[in-house]
Amino acid sequence: MLRIAEVGRKFRGGTVALQGASLNIARGDFVALLGPSGCGKSTLLRLIAGLDRPDSGSLVWDQPPAPGEIGFVFQDATLLPWATAEENVFLPLRLRGMGRTAARDDVHAALARVGLQDFAGARPRELSGGMRMRVSIARALVTRPRILLMDEPFAALDEFTRHKLQADLLSLWRELGCTVVFVTHSIYEAAFLARRVVMMTPRPGKIAREILSPLDGTGTRIDPAYTALVAKIGAAMEHAMATV
Amino acid sequence: MTIERVAPFGFGLLMLCGWEFWVHWAEIPPYVLPGPLAVIVAFFADPSGLLLSLLSTLAVTFTALAVSATLGAALALATAFSRLAQAAIQPWAIILQVTPIVAIAPLVIIWVNDPFISLVVCATIVAFFPVYANTVAGLAAAPPELLDLFRLYGAGRGRTLWLLKLPAALPYFLAGLRISGGLALVGAVVAEFVAGSGGFASGLAYRIMEAGFRLQIPRMFAALVLLSLAGIAINLGLGVVATVLMRQRGETRGET
Repeated sequence: MLRIAEVGRKFRGGTVALQGASLNIARGDFVALLGPSGCGKSTLLRLIAGLDRPDSGSLVWDQPPAPGEIGFVFQDATLLPWATAEENVFLPLRLRGMGRTAARDDVHAALARVGLQDFAGARPRELSGGMRMRVSIARALVTRPRILLMDEPFAALDEFTRHKLQADLLSLWRELGCTVVFVTHSIYEAAFLARRVVMMTPRPGKIAREILSPLDGTGTRIDPAYTALVAKIGAAMEHAMATV
Repeated sequence: MTIERVAPFGFGLLMLCGWEFWVHWAEIPPYVLPGPLAVIVAFFADPSGLLLSLLSTLAVTFTALAVSATLGAALALATAFSRLAQAAIQPWAIILQVTPIVAIAPLVIIWVNDPFISLVVCATIVAFFPVYANTVAGLAAAPPELLDLFRLYGAGRGRTLWLLKLPAALPYFLAGLRISGGLALVGAVVAEFVAGSGGFASGLAYRIMEAGFRLQIPRMFAALVLLSLAGIAINLGLGVVATVLMRQRGETRGET
């Protein structure tokens, strides 16, 4: 679906955010980009989204995505504070020129998918942090994207809400079958969610290693295989960081 | 009503009582410092004259405020669309802001034949900058993630402006408008002072000058009090407008 080859990105001031990063993303994959702050995870995600351009290397799509075929969920919910949950979810469709009436079913379906069908008229300040993030996910899903990019979306949430949203995200991924690239700095989150964990190291940002998940994606933390995967990723991360 | 809400009124009443007592006790003549009761008596001696003058000043003030709001928002929009426009407009806006209106007003009054328009021009020069500067800041205040989101969905500049930047700028515009409201009144009064000495006048500033020349100091104070009350009313009124608009949008900024 997407081949990322030897991509590099250097910011003004000389900071090398990414250097020689290569990665293939297959249709229907769930990839976690895992690493500490400053390792270029978010930069790589922005390059995939087309919000930034690489200084070197290339990103080659089998079929270049049209506007709306990429969904993006930011670390903060980044909702329009003056708009209701329904209007926020409607926004991507509105930007693509769709009318409110034509979009109504899609908007309500997206809200229902994240369990917020009863909060369509609520404004962001009337919603909890977890509910705001659900609206943000519904907004990303409403255009039925081929690829969903998520930049540490649950990092600011409490642990209970985070666990619930992680489980819900896995269900959505299985149900929708879209490709997910998920940026995180949590080994536990990467192990729980992803089919493939891509570890990155900082200064300059590089891809250190990939680990395939043996889990079946049904989302359980009491599976010994999950604990073993966490330990394996942790050890690999320590090793990768030691060699930086 | 909490004690904090009553406190300013109680303190004001105490000061007025003290003032009244002091002018009687120290036998200060009313042409030097009248007591509050003398000011009230002076107001009721010719309420219609003073209120008509107040209306005249308010007409200038609100016209100038409307022009400032329109011009300030329009120029801020131009700067948001074009860096060239921003580079061209910004220095002149600052020059207008830092030049004392007292220095410009005589020229404006000479150049503009219509007295009302000349007063409005002077008041607009004073009131324009806060609306302009705040709206510029507001248009640049949209969160970068939302700007990214709009780009991701292929939104053009027009849609981004209409659906994101303008709504994001509203609280800033309203805050600027509130500051400009007070400044428009100040600008109107300063212009009236300059224009009044030139021979045409109907506003409160002229009444203040006229009363001063005639040593009708209580009447002068009455006009001053009316000006203060008008300033407070404009500030509170615009604060209420901001609060109502922000509450309608489900936000709380813009509290009075």
